[in-house]
Amino acid sequence: MKPSKYMNPYMAGFLLGLVLLGTIYVTGRGLGASGAVKSVTLAAVVDVAPQHAANTPYIKSYTEEHPGGPLKDWLVFEVIGVVIGAFFSGVLSNRAGIKLERGPNITNRTRIIAAIIGGALFGLGSQLGRGCTSGAALSGMAVMSFGGIITMLAIFGSGYAFAWFFRKLWLK
Amino acid sequence: MGPLVPFIFSNEFNLIIALIAGIGFGFTLEQAGFSSTKKLVGLFYGYDFTVLKVFFTAGVTAMIGVVLLAHFGLLDLSLIYINPTFLKSALVGGAIMGLGFIIGGFCPGTSVCAASIGKLDGLAFVFGSALGVMVFVEGYPLFEKIYLADAWGPVLINEKLGMSKLVFAFLLTAFAVIAFYVTRIIENRVNGVQAKMPKEKIIIYSSAVGVAFLVLFIIAITPDSKTRLESRINRELQQKDVTSVMISPDKLANEIVNNYYKINIVDVRSPEAFKAYHLPFAINIPLEKMSAREWKTILKQKHKANYFYADNQQDAKKAYLFAVDLGNADNYILSESAVGFKKMFTDLVPPAENAGKNEQNIYNFRRKAATDMATLVEALKNSTQPVVAKTTKIKGGC
Repeated sequence: MKPSKYMNPYMAGFLLGLVLLGTIYVTGRGLGASGAVKSVTLAAVVDVAPQHAANTPYIKSYTEEHPGGPLKDWLVFEVIGVVIGAFFSGVLSNRAGIKLERGPNITNRTRIIAAIIGGALFGLGSQLGRGCTSGAALSGMAVMSFGGIITMLAIFGSGYAFAWFFRKLWLK
Repeated sequence: MGPLVPFIFSNEFNLIIALIAGIGFGFTLEQAGFSSTKKLVGLFYGYDFTVLKVFFTAGVTAMIGVVLLAHFGLLDLSLIYINPTFLKSALVGGAIMGLGFIIGGFCPGTSVCAASIGKLDGLAFVFGSALGVMVFVEGYPLFEKIYLADAWGPVLINEKLGMSKLVFAFLLTAFAVIAFYVTRIIENRVNGVQAKMPKEKIIIYSSAVGVAFLVLFIIAITPDSKTRLESRINRELQQKDVTSVMISPDKLANEIVNNYYKINIVDVRSPEAFKAYHLPFAINIPLEKMSAREWKTILKQKHKANYFYADNQQDAKKAYLFAVDLGNADNYILSESAVGFKKMFTDLVPPAENAGKNEQNIYNFRRKAATDMATLVEALKNSTQPVVAKTTKIKGGC
């Protein structure tokens, strides 16, 4: 079956805005993503190398702030929801299935390596920016946080600034 | 009144809410096409501005919603999480994220979406972001200086720009509409299409924009919930007859001695005045702070009557009307000021030798009541402090 068309972007944006608004109304906080990656990563470190975790001050203070363990975190549960929601949507629209998407002029290998490097940069940047596109930029905009909006401008400004250098990854 | 956590929903249940919010988040992101890396980077090469459209529409919708809910007193903005500003860290972090976006083709939320429907590049990106987090965690001493520099706290952009929330919401909405229009032209040019928007769509889009501005307009012309409450109370202050709920100091003293556990004595004066002297068992809720959420549970107790007093009748009456507005509890006003009560009990003067029997009786009653109250206060020193509902700031962020 052919994949269905994507939703009208404004409609999708409106629905996403309502989800965000509902989340703020009920919980007093916005949505996020990178924080969950952090929690899971730190939980893995604590599990695999407890000695090392105990010796790293940053991890130590993080685990102290999360008495229920780093996985008992709002964002971890939220991202589990994201996985479910996205999968459901993908199945509904015939888009689910093992696939790799890349620019026309690069190999699969290059794409995977670029994705890992890009992810690593995003992971690092989201820690410095105290949130990623969802937690800092989108949720920050909804509550008019100065820091959130500055982070948003920095993300997209830098994206445009570097776009030309990496055009071979994406364009013909 | 929102936020509902932790007042109505517990922190444990909050995790279930997180799951539900996440499902909505993931579903809409995927439906919008954010699981496709090509669609995402289209933003940076001008061939597909979906990201901008979705992102701005979502941001503006939520923002107008937040302003609207706050305006009608449904959401307490003082409690919601505002991302703190650390200027240097935000700029450097944002720049690194932008670079990561253009190389990796995702951001964390979208990569999770992509991985969820089986995209291997999405999975690789998620793996990469875990590595990036590790770099930060292990190298934290290196990043610490920049991470903690320029800590401005939860600054709001409208305050920074010196405008009201409403004006900023208006400007951002207008900006978004212009951006939608301009990017459509760019998109068509880059893709070499000369598509004309169908009439139907133009009507739908214009009405959606119209509704957004209409909501902002309604917020602008209607008084907010606090102003409305204030004017209602001021009106009642003029009209309402409160003689039936006026309580004499003697009667209150009697209540304190016999029923201290059934009453709240509320001192609505300033904390300084409260400190200098207050009635036995009184708690201090300054008049201007009465609307704070932490007092609601105290003022609304069904099985406790509230007795208000101040330095003047006007303030006590105002506090009374405010409590009546909250509902549930029985409310009364002390007919004397704080000073008056003090004179009658604490600084009690014996009547003259030739005073009548009645005067002597009153004196005896007050002297006994004063002693009893003092004894009670002493005996219950530790157990009568009111339990104040904590209004901790909500934690959030990525």
